Amino acid sequence: MSNTPFRIGFLPLVDAALPILARELGFAEEERIDLIPVRDMSWATVNDRLLYGHSDAAHLLAPLAIATTLGLGRPATPLSVPFVLGLNGNAITLRPDLAERVTVIGQPGDIAAIGAKLASIVHEGGERLRFGVVHRYSSHNYMLRYWLVGSGIDPDRDVEIVTVAPPFAADALASGEVDGICVGEPWNSVAVDRGAGVIVAVTSQVWLRGVEKVLAMRTARMEEDPHLTNRLIRALYRAGVAFVDPKRLDEIAAILARPDYLDGSAALIRRAISDQILFARGFPAIHVPDFMFQHREAANFPWVSQAAWLYAQMCLAGHTEVNEANYHAAQHVFRPDIYRAALRPFGVPLPGASSKLEGGIVDSLGVGTTQGRLILGADRFFDARSFDPDALDAYLTGTNRP
Amino acid sequence: MRIAIVDESPARAAVIEEGLRDAGLTDVAVFTDRKGIAARLEAFAPDVVLINLANPHRDELEELFALSRAMARPVAMFVDQSDTAGIEAAIDAGVSAYVVDGLRKERIKPVLELAIRRFRAYSRLRAELDEARGALAERKAIDQAKALLMKKRAIDEPAAYAALRKAAMDSGRRIGDVADAIVTADRLMGDL
Repeated sequence: MSNTPFRIGFLPLVDAALPILARELGFAEEERIDLIPVRDMSWATVNDRLLYGHSDAAHLLAPLAIATTLGLGRPATPLSVPFVLGLNGNAITLRPDLAERVTVIGQPGDIAAIGAKLASIVHEGGERLRFGVVHRYSSHNYMLRYWLVGSGIDPDRDVEIVTVAPPFAADALASGEVDGICVGEPWNSVAVDRGAGVIVAVTSQVWLRGVEKVLAMRTARMEEDPHLTNRLIRALYRAGVAFVDPKRLDEIAAILARPDYLDGSAALIRRAISDQILFARGFPAIHVPDFMFQHREAANFPWVSQAAWLYAQMCLAGHTEVNEANYHAAQHVFRPDIYRAALRPFGVPLPGASSKLEGGIVDSLGVGTTQGRLILGADRFFDARSFDPDALDAYLTGTNRP
Repeated sequence: MRIAIVDESPARAAVIEEGLRDAGLTDVAVFTDRKGIAARLEAFAPDVVLINLANPHRDELEELFALSRAMARPVAMFVDQSDTAGIEAAIDAGVSAYVVDGLRKERIKPVLELAIRRFRAYSRLRAELDEARGALAERKAIDQAKALLMKKRAIDEPAAYAALRKAAMDSGRRIGDVADAIVTADRLMGDL
């Protein structure tokens, strides 16, 4: 029997790793899927190909999957997320002279203190700082805004946030087009290597379990062939297991670096996937234990509460209006039921719940599972706030502030 | 109808612009430089933006559309979502279109179809150019191989060419490939 051809769109970023590895390490083939990665340079194109059936699935920004379902900026098309490709993995990189004024160069600092210093620079007046994020509907945008607001900076009035595609982020910083960028790896490291920027914080410092890229499918496509969807999820899951195997780091970095995929330096990519971050040129790389999660601690599980948090941020940013039907639709984009159905036969530990209080886990916690043991790590926000998906209005009006 | 073409390749933009002008659409502007495109595009206030699907700056452009008042509601990617054949053709050709809401879709359909044809024409041009370059290189290899045969076997040009042709036919390869092999072999073996 021949394998089913299945196209997955992606951008050259390290968190496109799981679909690439599912192909290259043979897991897709074992599930009788001929996985064909399709590379693009902008999220708009990745999304177009997905919506118009040029690809069957895509490596996509989690908020973009929600925005597309809600019809923000284009006709609505329902998308589903049966698998999360990773949590965190982005960083905030500032031009070196600005970085010097807010942090100790070359090492991770206290993100609240850095935010406070940035706020005092912003409120001194003078120039209006510009930040580049990769897309309007990106976790980068929402995480950056969350941090700025929590630091006393109004992201719409005090500073300017513009869109720069990941492969051009380092250029934009080098040419002075922007003063800071929030982008995924390896593009922060590229800016650091060129001396164009200094990493001042990583996004796991903003939210320790922030949902990042997801596997998005048209809901209709997903439902038309549930067995194929299940096989795909299993192949991706096994790629995740391989990804976290420390013995395979060199092999994985070499695969991702290939011209067809990230077309970049294997050394830089290895740094990112082993959580080794070089904060500034000329300093040693520092191990940031929770820089990116590709698999550990149910990282691939599509928590409905994560989609709910993103919707809350979209409301706060004025990207959409608070509306019960939309809130419901946004949460329904994440499909833990499909994830569970695909992996139950595997005997992997699956969370019993589909939603949790985000930011509510202070220390590692063993959670109820359908089988086996599952430990969830801390998922705190930098301002110690938490998000209860059942209390959206209270969250938006800020009444649940500590 | 005002049409903006956003393309970093001036050659491709020119091919599309020419097609639009031939069709009587003269209110056309080409934007090849990314720098400051937001302000310039806003000032031009187009009804339709035609852009290369693979353009790496589409995310920036969509951000601009979301913010800009002049481009108040630019939605219709590929216009009529029910026209799947049209969408497929546009994607294959590599063109995407943004249309400011309010423009009737009957009016944009011919523009998009024209753009699709011109995008295709451009890729054909490119393919022909590559082929012409290839043919030129092949010509050069054949001349070199003939010269080598004439010198080493002391034969004239028609005989050298006939030898090349026979070798190609016997081995089921193209003359250019055989010639290339001879030149490469000579470079490796020298005067052995």
